[in-house]
Amino acid sequence: MTNVKVKSVAKTYGAVPVLTDISTEFTEGSFTSLLGPSGSGKTTLLRIIAGFINPDQGAVLIGNNDVTHVPVWGRNIGMMFQSYALFPHMTIAQNVSFGLERRGIKGEAARKEVDRALEMVRLPGFGDRTPKQLSGGQQQRVALARAIVIKPSVLLLDEPLSALDRRLRQEMQVELLRIQRASGLTTIFVTHDQEEALTLSDKVAILDRGRIVQIGAPETVYEKPLTRFAAEFLGDSNFLTGKVEDGAVRLADGTVIHACERLPGNGADVTLAVRPEKMSVATGDTTDNRITARINTVIYAGPVLSYILETADGLPLKLFSQNRDGHVLREGQAVTLNWSREHTVAVAN
Amino acid sequence: MKQIGRFYLIAVLMFLYTPILVMMAMGFNASPLYELPFTFSTRWYEALLGNRQLLTAGMNSIIIAVITSVVATTLGTMASVALSRRTFRGKNLLQVLLLPPIAIPWLITGTAMLIFFYWSGIGRGMHALLIGHVALAIPYVVLVVGTGFRTIRADLEEAAMSLGSTPIHAFFSVTLPLLYPSILGAALFAFAVSLDQFVISYFLATPGYTTLPVQIYSAIRKGFTPEINAISTLLLLGSMAAILIFARFAKPGDTSDKR
Repeated sequence: MTNVKVKSVAKTYGAVPVLTDISTEFTEGSFTSLLGPSGSGKTTLLRIIAGFINPDQGAVLIGNNDVTHVPVWGRNIGMMFQSYALFPHMTIAQNVSFGLERRGIKGEAARKEVDRALEMVRLPGFGDRTPKQLSGGQQQRVALARAIVIKPSVLLLDEPLSALDRRLRQEMQVELLRIQRASGLTTIFVTHDQEEALTLSDKVAILDRGRIVQIGAPETVYEKPLTRFAAEFLGDSNFLTGKVEDGAVRLADGTVIHACERLPGNGADVTLAVRPEKMSVATGDTTDNRITARINTVIYAGPVLSYILETADGLPLKLFSQNRDGHVLREGQAVTLNWSREHTVAVAN
Repeated sequence: MKQIGRFYLIAVLMFLYTPILVMMAMGFNASPLYELPFTFSTRWYEALLGNRQLLTAGMNSIIIAVITSVVATTLGTMASVALSRRTFRGKNLLQVLLLPPIAIPWLITGTAMLIFFYWSGIGRGMHALLIGHVALAIPYVVLVVGTGFRTIRADLEEAAMSLGSTPIHAFFSVTLPLLYPSILGAALFAFAVSLDQFVISYFLATPGYTTLPVQIYSAIRKGFTPEINAISTLLLLGSMAAILIFARFAKPGDTSDKR
């Protein structure tokens, strides 16, 4: 149970900057997701914290100890890998006790710890089996048991669920959260799955081209994205561009849109982001913003209907609505969408 | 169809084993001129016991093969580790340069070695044979062990390190045990390459120190007796036993990976 701090960390491969001046703190017992597309540097950051990669500059602190120059094996980390990385020539019990043995815990004491860890991941009595005899989900649980049995200072997870199928992944998410809460381990989780990041985390950090563009509670990051990239990568967004005029934004076609805080001064170009599920088809005159568009495509996705629309100016829009009464709107129909100003966020490009 | 397949299999096995079986049988035939009818006798085995030259050459062959196998497997495995797990300047070049020796005719390698050893003062004899055989066997070891490495994920060592292993401990506790069947296979390969070796041995042997293939060759030239069949049979049984032991312990082809 420890704070983890990263201070102005940078890493360059050849001439390609992979991480640029990353500074952030992972507070004690928190679950933070590093979310980003491939090449955003999220895995590099995790491997720098783990000690597999040396940063070109900056420092890594685990519990106020500067571990920048401490090798992996001296950092007391628990790590889970995408491929499980169980030792195939050892039994489950030997796998789990591997780290204990390295810490001088042997015999009866080690056996007790192993049993407890296996119980925690709900695989009691599996100690004598080999990894080959276990299913993917079970192997992943063993990998988790092996990582937490050593009471690490920090738990590092490198896309550990991406190899599992959808249902199993959801099951493991719940399991992972339960164990993380029970153990109180500071956890850093790398993923490219936005839903997974939202579901699991206390904090989500969105990485883009080697920088953390936004870090915060899932709700904050989703509701108030700071950049166009964050708005686009985490969920879907509609983007409206225009000029600031008297505290509102005038689009090219003259429509005036009201936004919540953070608008630059008069005359500035600005991009607004609106989540497709925040819009609805206008019924009254009560909301702040409205825009007229024609429905191009209707997509039926079970619980949600999504519509792809286009304004007279050719601006593409998306609308998600709950499937309460089936198809109400038809392709080719012109509709007026409305939404509230507090769901309209100015984002940096 | 099944019948044809079976017939084909038997034909292949006969093609491979008939000469060997005839050779073995003739070692137990009383006639020194391989004449039929077959009369069972162990006289050639008894004669072999008195044939110092053949026995010494056989012993030399085995000693050289064992040392070659140990040295080449150690060096070749180390090279494989570097080639599979490390990055360094000239790695690709080295990787490419390791393979041609397998394809270069032994006659050329042998001639080159003879000239080089003569010129550099290494000369001929047991030490020269050892150097030659080890050099010849290393590419095979690198090839076999390198293939083994490809089946072992690099993140296993990383997992060990995350649990507190130093890289050395991770290698010995995780990678080496998984690599062990490949290393054993490579050792057998190196052993066989050395035991089989005639051309290079012929160039590097001295009248006082020779290996079995070279000794058999010179014996044949003088007109040979079934003693050669006898020692060949013994050698063959020894090699086959080694292969069977390997197959028993390494379980090659065991890929029952349940996912």
